[in-house]
Amino acid sequence: MQFLLAFIVVVPLIGAVAALLPAPPGLRGRSPDQAVLRHGVTVTGVILVAAIVLALGFDRGHPSKMQATTDIQWIPALNIHLHLGIDGISLPLLVLTALLTFLCALYSYFKMPSGPGPKAFVALLLVLESGTLATFAVLDLVLFFLAFEMVLIPMYFLIARWGGAERTAAAWKFILYTLLGSVVMLLGLLLIGLKAGTFDMVALATDNGRGLTTSVQVIAVLAIGIGLAVKTPMFPLHSWLPDAHTAAPTVGSVLLAGVLLKMGTYGFVRIVLPIAPHGMHTFAPYLAAFAVAGIIYGSLACLALAKQGNKGDLKRLIAYSSVGHMGFVLLGIASMTPTGVNGALFANIAHGLITGLLFFLVGALKDRYGTADLDTLAGATGAALYGRAPRLGGLLAFAAVASLGLPGLAGFWGEMLAMFGAFDPAAGLSRPAFLTFVAIAALGTLLTAAYLLVVVRRVCMGGKPSEGPQLADIQGYEFAAWSPLVALTVLAGLWPAVLLGLTDPAVQKLLAGGKS
Amino acid sequence: MTPDVTTAAAGTASLVQSVDWVAIAPPLIAAAVALVVLLADLFLPPARKPLLGWITIAGLVAALAALVPLRTGSRSTFCLTANPDACSYTADQFAFVIQALVLGGALLTALLSMKDTEEKLPAGEFWFLLLSSAAGAALLPAARDLATLVVALEVASLPAFALVGLKRGDRLSSEAALKFFLSSVTATAVMLLGVSFVYAATGTLHLTEIATRLADVPGQLGTVAETGVVLTLVGFAFKTAAAPFHFWVPDTYVGAPLPVAAYLSVVGKAVGFSGLILVTVIAFPAYADVWGPALAVLAALTMTIGNAAAVRQAASRAHSAVRLLAWSSVGQAGYLLVPIAAAAYSGDDKVGATVAYALMYAVVNLGAFAVAALVARGKPLNRLTDYRGLYAERPLAALALAFFLLCLAGLPPGIIGLFAKVTVFSAAVDAGLGWLAVVMAVNVVVALYYYLRWTAILFRSPESADEPSEAAGEPSGTAGTAGTAGTSEIPEIPEIPVRPVRSRVPAPLAVAIALTAIAGVVLSGLPQLALHFASVTLF
Repeated sequence: MQFLLAFIVVVPLIGAVAALLPAPPGLRGRSPDQAVLRHGVTVTGVILVAAIVLALGFDRGHPSKMQATTDIQWIPALNIHLHLGIDGISLPLLVLTALLTFLCALYSYFKMPSGPGPKAFVALLLVLESGTLATFAVLDLVLFFLAFEMVLIPMYFLIARWGGAERTAAAWKFILYTLLGSVVMLLGLLLIGLKAGTFDMVALATDNGRGLTTSVQVIAVLAIGIGLAVKTPMFPLHSWLPDAHTAAPTVGSVLLAGVLLKMGTYGFVRIVLPIAPHGMHTFAPYLAAFAVAGIIYGSLACLALAKQGNKGDLKRLIAYSSVGHMGFVLLGIASMTPTGVNGALFANIAHGLITGLLFFLVGALKDRYGTADLDTLAGATGAALYGRAPRLGGLLAFAAVASLGLPGLAGFWGEMLAMFGAFDPAAGLSRPAFLTFVAIAALGTLLTAAYLLVVVRRVCMGGKPSEGPQLADIQGYEFAAWSPLVALTVLAGLWPAVLLGLTDPAVQKLLAGGKS
Repeated sequence: MTPDVTTAAAGTASLVQSVDWVAIAPPLIAAAVALVVLLADLFLPPARKPLLGWITIAGLVAALAALVPLRTGSRSTFCLTANPDACSYTADQFAFVIQALVLGGALLTALLSMKDTEEKLPAGEFWFLLLSSAAGAALLPAARDLATLVVALEVASLPAFALVGLKRGDRLSSEAALKFFLSSVTATAVMLLGVSFVYAATGTLHLTEIATRLADVPGQLGTVAETGVVLTLVGFAFKTAAAPFHFWVPDTYVGAPLPVAAYLSVVGKAVGFSGLILVTVIAFPAYADVWGPALAVLAALTMTIGNAAAVRQAASRAHSAVRLLAWSSVGQAGYLLVPIAAAAYSGDDKVGATVAYALMYAVVNLGAFAVAALVARGKPLNRLTDYRGLYAERPLAALALAFFLLCLAGLPPGIIGLFAKVTVFSAAVDAGLGWLAVVMAVNVVVALYYYLRWTAILFRSPESADEPSEAAGEPSGTAGTAGTAGTSEIPEIPEIPVRPVRSRVPAPLAVAIALTAIAGVVLSGLPQLALHFASVTLF
């Protein structure tokens, strides 16, 4: 088990180096390009299998216990350990990352984004995977920071080299925002580590903030919170996200929304909540306020983009909808209750599945039409996807209703639980304030439904033009890349206990710290 | 160069000392090889001059090898016959690390200069001066009395003036040498005055003796002792280019031959800092309440001024790359000062953090200068804009430079840079210098901007290829098919046939870049190698 976890984190890195070397004889394939893309699919596939085996071997009776742990002294001078381990909180995110990266590699095998050759692309994709998996697997604050930073560089190059229009500016904005945020976060992590005398997350979480004075906790939460909030992204710090998504290639968008944003919210749950609860207590109402502001802001921005004549880009629209969805996640975390945090974690996974699917679909639309501009797509009456490519249209409608939180699909439970948690926040948090937030968030769900339905109407419906080029419907590889996401969306919607059973005990333990 | 000048006239006991030749071997070998080179220069025909460079490199390698037996033990020599505890030369952990750093730095400088000495610089003089300066720099960290310290400092810096001015007929070069000379001589004069005051107050030159006697200076000499301490520190502040004594740095670096600038930025700084550490931590602990706050303020000022100036550096100005490195070295000097200031506040030895940081900085900064030297071969103006598209042209050099810059910035994958900064940071926090830690954090964030900007320039597509590649960004699917072998930038090369043919990298330069890159990567994987010094007592 512990070998498996270390394997999952390290092998993508080795694969990245191998991708840059010439292929060995026997694995050359039809051309060097094909060989290296196949290499990407193989490595991510192996990692996915390893992650599934890890999940199967996971002791579901004790999801609150750290499992598959490795703990090696790395830098004695700073007391930094190579400490890996997973519990019920990190396991679903780990599997989600492995799955989405594999699907992206598979998709790119058939549909390589335009730009420089695939060698560097595959290598960067694997570095990105390694960094994200490490973020979810490490249990040392400094290693967490390293893993958190490790994904920036590959994502920067994915956007800057394989992106669409405005990619250089968007990539620069992305890296500047997230870097500045994470430097501030590093200061907070160091403050905690130096004051508590250890960087070990498990030890710190067991302490539950008892080794830290309230003022230290407040400063640390502010610093760490800013770094995580940029990544999440929280409302006033989100402005890098729409540009990055609009410019990024399809797989970049899928990974950015599906996995990278989760690192921010995961950090809140794993570090801020258990290690500095008093500091979090101080900031929880503000976090909740920003979260609901993000929900409303994201929905309104989407409504504006979806309106006829506004030249709304579909990718940008989904990016803004991510701001709204992540607002629900933050609201659940800010409630500081087990219900809310469970909801947040559930919404995390659901958002990864659904938004990943949406970005895949929009990418496919963009490939077919050459644009993601809603007005150009829709024309006068609508793009009539139902008529021209019925399966693609149906899938888009499915993803849209899943995203708006239709009961029975994955999007529903997370947001419901998050609002439910905020309805009755943790002791000491102002109930009236949180009630107001819940009311506003509920309004946000209505707005979300509104814009997604507008999108479905404008893209999927409309009069079928008699002439014009024939649209290809879903191809085999697209079907292969998307169907796991569809299946999991339905599964998580119909059987939420499969996730909640994992996260709930772990969340209970995190919130209670050593007291339980 | 002769440490025995200070052997005190020690009364009755035998005046004959036994010299521990093994302990003094590293500086001695460097000095001896310097003389060999000077003599050989007279007899070698011009065509054989490159041999001098190889002699120098061999000599420096031999000096480094002589360090091996010194790695653990603490050996002293040139001790007072009357008082064997007061020694002029001590080869302890601190001396070992700094000697390894300066000799390694000199070796890399020698590798960088191999090509320049064949083409532009007078070979014999250059190698002699470099070795002399390295000998002085290697002597300094082991010096344990003020006279040896001052002599070593001058032996290290006097040849450096000449090295800076060695580009004959270059106006900038002589101006740089003059600026450097004037500011450095002022520093020396001030320092000597301070040293004489300290000697007057305590009656000894040995650092350990000064420490005990300064603690109970007679009342009427108190002012003299205090003035002496302050003036000595001011002198060293000049040498370390701490603000407000930093103004000579950018012009000197730009005017000097590039390898010499690299040498000054690493070895010159290491000399200043080790001297500062020796006088503050060993000789003047009694006056920690004087130099502690002073150094803390100097550190804050230095890093702020250095980084502010580096941020304002215009990318298209001539020599802006070297200028940026110069200002960044001023900023880095600020970080190096922090643990020394912290040592004044807490009982523990914090200076190990400075040593660890200096190790990281030496490796990485020399590497950055090595790549700059490589780029300067094709583009002598060495502007930041000249680095655009370096990745397309020389992918390995660009990756190495990006790594070095990220180390200087303290970002992953430059893990050693990050942890060195963390060590310095924690030294400040432990000593209760919270405000200094905050100033440092702000500076690190400011510095990110210019390091990242430079790193991003490396990976942008070359200017002339920009338009076609933008046009190819449409989803036509053709752009991705040409990247067959080598780097991912292959498709852009055929579009710019006017580009000058990429010249071969001189082997010594390639070796220098490779050595620094490997050292940086190894340190990033095993940061304990450098950070180890932050957790042990060095003296």
